[in-house]
Amino acid sequence: MKKIYGSAAEALDGLLFDGMLIAAGGFGLCGLPELLLQAIKEAGTKDLTFASNNAGVDDFGIGILLQTKQVKKMISSYVGENAEFMRQYLSGELELEFNPQGTLAERLRAGGCGIPGFYTKTGVGTQIADGKEVKEFGGEEYILETGIFADLAIVKAWKADETGNLVFRKTARNFNPPAAMSGKVCVVEVEEIVPTGSLDPDHIHLPGVYVHRIIQGDHEKRIENRTTRKKEAV
Amino acid sequence: MAWDRNQMAARAAQELQDGWYVNLGIGIPTLVSNYIPEGIEVTLQSENGMLGMGPFPFEGEEDPDLINAGKQTITELPQTSYFDSATSFGMIRGGKIAMAILGAMEVAENGDLANWMIPGKLVKGMGGAMDLVAGVGRVVVVMDHANKHGESKVLKECTLPLTGKSVVDRIITGMGVLDVVEGGLKIVELADGVSEEELRAATEATIVG
Repeated sequence: MKKIYGSAAEALDGLLFDGMLIAAGGFGLCGLPELLLQAIKEAGTKDLTFASNNAGVDDFGIGILLQTKQVKKMISSYVGENAEFMRQYLSGELELEFNPQGTLAERLRAGGCGIPGFYTKTGVGTQIADGKEVKEFGGEEYILETGIFADLAIVKAWKADETGNLVFRKTARNFNPPAAMSGKVCVVEVEEIVPTGSLDPDHIHLPGVYVHRIIQGDHEKRIENRTTRKKEAV
Repeated sequence: MAWDRNQMAARAAQELQDGWYVNLGIGIPTLVSNYIPEGIEVTLQSENGMLGMGPFPFEGEEDPDLINAGKQTITELPQTSYFDSATSFGMIRGGKIAMAILGAMEVAENGDLANWMIPGKLVKGMGGAMDLVAGVGRVVVVMDHANKHGESKVLKECTLPLTGKSVVDRIITGMGVLDVVEGGLKIVELADGVSEEELRAATEATIVG
């Protein structure tokens, strides 16, 4: 079965529908599936719910889908680097469900592993626990969180082989593997597709079983917060 | 006289123990990495998926694939490892990270911590703060003793929505070091030039002992 597609639009063909839940990889602007987000914008799919740690900035990441009002709801841990996001949220056009970052990551991982719920200490005694089942284990309280089963996962990896085995690069891995796992279908964009057999099987970060469609493309890879130090004079 | 930001960070660095894996929050906690005592090896975790965080890169050597949890460009070290967000918070939730040093808006005498939202103001989210305070071995808060109106941030009860309930072990402010103990807070240390009377007067929380 051929997993490689010619473009982001081709790779998403037949997968998009209004009101769907999409899990997206990336942390800030790092490791974002930027080509697939652009293709979703062009497809015009509406009322989307995104499970994604952040919402991008105004003109990059999920921000580009906010400009076109394609997003109904965000499930995120940290937002607000984005003026249009805040405008839509404050005017009630956009729903927002805050999840602690680790809870969001684990909800995605759990969904992908067929686990509909898990107990965690994170958020006990805070407003995150409101309405959630509390259970005691060993004298300590935990709250019930649910797995996320996404209709589609869109992720960014560094390299893929032709069977979809993936390798990520540095901190661009972040939410990409758990997002990929949570999707019924997972579309991946990579910087390079390499021949099957050229990746060391011991060094695969995410096995191809999680990956259904692959595209290769050029990435802008924008930096959100460029921080440097000066070379000391020798 | 009291400790300034750098002196607070230097005092917080004394909390580190050899071999520990630790997570430093944004603000004064980030400065702690400048004061790691000699002979102590600690590995810094960045919760977006890295152990062994290095310094900022030299100009022109920034890598968009290599950032910290504050989205700043950083570098790697010889012992660095990378992993995904679920694994990262697995080690946090699982208690493998020995300590987190975090900033705060308010801390209460029972160890309650508030540092993620002010009702009526723009809320950006809790990020990884709730996971960190619930999961790591020890939580040390480094913050100013009073807010900008001069009111104590060390309280009997938090007024803001909580980040975690009974999670703080130690508080380091410009006035000194306080531990959360049975019945209230215990003075561990006074900052240079601060008297016990001054610290007590500036603190709303119950001080025991």
